[in-house]
Amino acid sequence: MNSLLLWIPLLPLLGFLLNGLFGRRLPKPLVHWIACGATGASFLLAAIVFQRFLNLPERLVQADYFRWIESGDFAASFGFLLDPLSMVMTLVVTGVGFLIHVYSIGYMWAEAGYYRFFAYMNLFMFAMLMLVLADNYLLLFLGWEGVGLCSYLLIGFYFHKPSAAAAGKKAFIVNRIGDFGFVVGLVLLFVTFRTLDFRTLFAQVAALPVEAHYGVLTAITLLFFVGATGKSAQIPLYVWLPDAMEGPTPVSALIHAATMVTAGVYMVVRSNPLYGRAPETLFWVGLIGALTAVFAATIGLFQRDIKRVLAYSTVSQLGYMFVALGVGAYATGIFHLMTHAFFKALLFLGSGSVILALHHEQDMQAMGGLRKYLPVTAATMWIGALAIAGVPPLAGFFSKDEILWHAFAGGARGHLVFFGLATLAAGLTAFYMFRLVFLTFHGRTRVPEEQRHHVHESPRPMTAVLVVLALLAAVGGFVGLPAWLGPNAFRDFLQPVFAQLPPVDGGAHAPHSLAQELAVTGAAVLVGLLGIAAAWVVFIRRGALPDDEKRLGAAHQLIFHKYYVDELYDRVIVRPLAWISEQWLWKIFDAGLVDGLVNGAGAMVRGLGDGARRVQNGLTRTYLGWVAVGAIGVGLYVLFLFG
Amino acid sequence: MPVPSLHVLILSALLFAIGIIGALMRRNLVVMFLCVELMLNAANLALIGFSRRLGQLDGQVVVFFVIVLAAAEAAVGLALVIALYRSRRTLDADQLNLMKY
Repeated sequence: MNSLLLWIPLLPLLGFLLNGLFGRRLPKPLVHWIACGATGASFLLAAIVFQRFLNLPERLVQADYFRWIESGDFAASFGFLLDPLSMVMTLVVTGVGFLIHVYSIGYMWAEAGYYRFFAYMNLFMFAMLMLVLADNYLLLFLGWEGVGLCSYLLIGFYFHKPSAAAAGKKAFIVNRIGDFGFVVGLVLLFVTFRTLDFRTLFAQVAALPVEAHYGVLTAITLLFFVGATGKSAQIPLYVWLPDAMEGPTPVSALIHAATMVTAGVYMVVRSNPLYGRAPETLFWVGLIGALTAVFAATIGLFQRDIKRVLAYSTVSQLGYMFVALGVGAYATGIFHLMTHAFFKALLFLGSGSVILALHHEQDMQAMGGLRKYLPVTAATMWIGALAIAGVPPLAGFFSKDEILWHAFAGGARGHLVFFGLATLAAGLTAFYMFRLVFLTFHGRTRVPEEQRHHVHESPRPMTAVLVVLALLAAVGGFVGLPAWLGPNAFRDFLQPVFAQLPPVDGGAHAPHSLAQELAVTGAAVLVGLLGIAAAWVVFIRRGALPDDEKRLGAAHQLIFHKYYVDELYDRVIVRPLAWISEQWLWKIFDAGLVDGLVNGAGAMVRGLGDGARRVQNGLTRTYLGWVAVGAIGVGLYVLFLFG
Repeated sequence: MPVPSLHVLILSALLFAIGIIGALMRRNLVVMFLCVELMLNAANLALIGFSRRLGQLDGQVVVFFVIVLAAAEAAVGLALVIALYRSRRTLDADQLNLMKY
């Protein structure tokens, strides 16, 4: 078991090394055989491990491979912790990752740097698996930074395009801000508990009471949450994710929708014993999540770039997950993470199929009526859109409904506000998602006449992946049935992970009637259907196009320009920082002080040497004179000393 | 009647002084060379004086070494002087000052 577990992340690393070192000289088919083979084998291993894991008497494996760092009383091991949570994450990451690798064969075939793409993708798989399997915070942080690096490399995959290079840098720098909080939190955690190992730490934490006010646990969890807002694109650090769409579409699907951006959610759930004792932090988690869900959904309403709509949708759905965490429904957050991974990967890959068919056209103004040309893509996108809109019985319905129910019934502060915002976001989501579907696949085609005969369905590997993901998005929700339908297998499976949560007082789990739960479900479905209907009226009945939205005037301007948040950050943060760096740090401190000190030391030695070398005048008799003077000096010295 | 040691030392000091003053004042390399020889022999004289005074042979043995050394030095030194004169056509020490800063 231990060695099987080790090979799950190791295989993608091997694939990365092979393709990274020799890929340039390998034939293209071999490159993708290596990359897909490595991730596919990794998924198979994960499935085998899962099967054995289910049969364990106690579903917990901790495998310590070696001591990684030891210094004083600080110790970090290189070890994996397999519990239901990391099991679910491993399966999702390897499964969706493998599908997207296969899809990339078709999507990236014509691109230069084919081997580079697959090498980075495999490196990403390795880092992500390290993140979810780590048994201590430091190893988790290694994976955390590793996925950040791969995200940067893959966003900037078309590095010859200045916008892609800038987007890569932006993602990296914004994530650094979040990571700063995370690192400070890690140090605080270590100073407080003298360990970073999950099991040791949580055993210690289990003995602590719930913090009524701001205490050290609240500080640690808030700092961790700063890291999560960076990685999982929440207000105020969400700005990098929409720009990350500069990367190839499979990258957007894998990293910026299905897996990496959920790392923040995973980390919070992993730290549930800490968060469970810091209600203040949970309130902020829920509030930020709810605000982000609505805020990003409104931006998604008017975007014209098909991938940007999906990017804001991702930000919004991540906000949903944080709402679940904020009301203490950790298992539900992970459930939505999983279903979201299915349908959002599907939606991104479907949009990739459209983009490929239209030769890299991403503006929905130039699409329309594509269902005739791309039948498989259109059908699967429909399933994905229905799933994200929360239409029963697709996957999104179950997870979204569960979040809304927990927000409604939970006892946490502000839970009704979260519920209201999340319901609003659900309606907006349904609207912009069907706006996308209608504008892309329905109505009359707006593809230029001379291009139409070039438009055809994507190659077999790509459509096959779309179909598989559509199946998952359709039935994936049945593992977590609501209480009135049957047992929630997913939550029961995850239950051991939350053993160290503090016992909840009556409020949170006060009995609620079945009628209430059904009413919430009904409201959620109704809101979703209303959103779809509204989209139908606007974009099918009235036949509106993105260009027509400009008539909405100032409101459209404000939202289309993303509330001018990027411009605001540029004015308030980027430019002052650049000014201070240039005027003070560079010109005064570096060029003046540091260079001055170094050059001054050099000039002083030169001056001294210049004076001293005058002694060397080339006249033999002068030297002889100095010898005589020296001899007399030594003689006198000896005389006075011994005489 | 034996010569007193003090006289020997005074003579040695005089010879040494003449040698060092000559080496410092004169510019002709050959004369400077002779003056250095004079200084060496002044030292020899002092060594012999002490040797006799103390009744030990060590000083006289050292003198032999110094004489051998002086002979070697004379051979090398005069060879250098001749080579120098051939290339520069002068033996004025103050004009041979190319090796400087």
